[in-house]
Amino acid sequence: MNHLTLLAEGSKIGNPAVNIGIFVAFVIVTLVIVIRVGRRNTNAAEFFTGGHAFSGPQNGIAIAGDYLSAASFLGIAGAIAVYGYDGFLYSIGFLVAWLVALLLVAELLRNTGKYTMADVLSFRLKQKPVRLAAATSTMTVSLFYLLAQMAGAGGLVALLLDIQGRAAQSLVIAVVGVLMIVYVLIGGMTGTTWVQIIKAVLLITGAAVMTILVLAKFGLNFSHILGSAQNMVQEATTKGVSSRDVLAPGAQYGGSTTSKINLLSLGLALVLGTAGLPHVLMRFYTVPTAKEARRSVVWAIGLIGAFYLFTLVLGYGAAALVGPDKILAAPGGQNSAAPLLAFQLGGTILLGIISAVAFATILAVVAGLTITASASFAHDVYASVMKNHKVTEDEQVRVSRITAVVLGIAAIGLGILANGQNVAFLVALAFAVAASANLPTIVYSLYWKRFNTRGALWSMYGGLISCLVLIIFSPAVSGTKTSMIPGAHFDWFPLANPGIVSIPLAFILGIVGTLTSSDAGDPELNAEMEVRSLTGVGAEKATHH
Amino acid sequence: MPSIDIPPRETQPSGAQYLAVQASPEFQELRRTLRRFVFPTTAFFLIWYASYVLLGAFAHDFMAIKVWGNINVGLLLGLGQFLTTFIITGLYVRFANRELDPRAEKIRNEMHWSQQ
Repeated sequence: MNHLTLLAEGSKIGNPAVNIGIFVAFVIVTLVIVIRVGRRNTNAAEFFTGGHAFSGPQNGIAIAGDYLSAASFLGIAGAIAVYGYDGFLYSIGFLVAWLVALLLVAELLRNTGKYTMADVLSFRLKQKPVRLAAATSTMTVSLFYLLAQMAGAGGLVALLLDIQGRAAQSLVIAVVGVLMIVYVLIGGMTGTTWVQIIKAVLLITGAAVMTILVLAKFGLNFSHILGSAQNMVQEATTKGVSSRDVLAPGAQYGGSTTSKINLLSLGLALVLGTAGLPHVLMRFYTVPTAKEARRSVVWAIGLIGAFYLFTLVLGYGAAALVGPDKILAAPGGQNSAAPLLAFQLGGTILLGIISAVAFATILAVVAGLTITASASFAHDVYASVMKNHKVTEDEQVRVSRITAVVLGIAAIGLGILANGQNVAFLVALAFAVAASANLPTIVYSLYWKRFNTRGALWSMYGGLISCLVLIIFSPAVSGTKTSMIPGAHFDWFPLANPGIVSIPLAFILGIVGTLTSSDAGDPELNAEMEVRSLTGVGAEKATHH
Repeated sequence: MPSIDIPPRETQPSGAQYLAVQASPEFQELRRTLRRFVFPTTAFFLIWYASYVLLGAFAHDFMAIKVWGNINVGLLLGLGQFLTTFIITGLYVRFANRELDPRAEKIRNEMHWSQQ
């Protein structure tokens, strides 16, 4: 999370040629794999879900790859290094959120749907309007998430590859976009999943190695790391840093009551957003059964939990070993904490590996988002709403491929425009939209028999629109010097994160919409959905590779 | 079927069959078993998480109380969130393997036979 607004100035660290070399090696290896598995992309089930044929552990690693974005790695480690405890709060929300996915959503979704989130939401409701609403929110969430990653890529490049000019950074964003299009077009879901798996293994291994090195420097005594971190912060000369208590909450969100409520709002969006993120939900279709979906979430929770524990050590380790002054002065500010720590611990080579992994992370996450958004457009909007289901599955794949190219080009353009923007707000917005527009309808349609079309539409559009409107009028967009439009003042909504208003609103709208409509649904479809979701009768089967 | 998105299978259970299964005691028991575990557990971890975030936002002094060396209450509660997440995951998997999977499988098999 946090500010990936990187400034292209200041001291450079390590050797950009090594960083680029390791990154190119990653691209070549993943491209070879994607091309090899891409030959199997012969039908829609293969292209959209990898033929439902991944195992639980494989999918769990891929979920971790999808979820642990560069923002997680660089942002959280950096926030802990500079603000201490408040950075840790983020990672807890991101982790606990997986219990919602495990207990309430993953298995029932796998049993009921086929390719997209809308399959489940529209199962027993009116197909066209519900699919359109679900596709709209899928594409909104994916676009914000995509933008955040692309905008971050430009800044990351400045830091890691020492590419300073705006034009050169734009070129790198374009390269990321083109690579992403290639991965999705050739590899489909199978190729994308393998990219996620490779990236997750590299990222988690890299973080684990660094954690061991940090712990070894302090004689495996975590309390000692904390003490050194606090000492370095107290000795810092950067304005406002030395007075911080980085071992307790409050350094970032401690000030006014508004900022405390902001923290609650963010916490709510994080914990309820994950199980509504379309690219996470779509991953549950890549496994053959509900039991494998369960295993994949268990693997994901284990890996993501371990990774966040590593970032805790890395964040405080960076504060203790590198120091907040040096971190804040580096190009990239607090996001450079993890790379600087890598340089301190293992010199040019470790820095090169960590930098390449961070960059690969962006590439993999972007590919996952693109396939989700393009599948939703092809399957929900084109096939269902526009063509009344009178299209073949091959046609859906073709439309999805075209959509991926269009999205890729749009993401390149928007990413170049958004280069240097505050990425935190884009990612937080994606979570807030997912928690408001998607999660209430997912939970209601799986657990509430009476729930009907009006409830779904009110909840989805109400959540989506309230979320977007509140963000536009929040300090994230205007009013402060870190806003998107620093000069203007239309920030009448005080919170940077709308979750605390829009999420309860969407839940309430779902109830009110349902109860004010006499539509009780089709009892046979209701029974079918409930029986299928709980037993797995008639669920999509794996295809053979 | 509402759409061609759900492809025809050799033996597709009918709506009447689904209604019958839904009303059967076995299915009602499966549903009850699932909800009896999932709803209270969800309530528990959401309340525990919300309490933690509230303490993080409003009780800085309490969170800063040192317990052992530089390890304070806030850090222990945070690590406690990790611990409960891992424990709940483990408990749910054990519960689902023992209580849900056999019941679901039995209903699946019965539906399969009744179509033959």
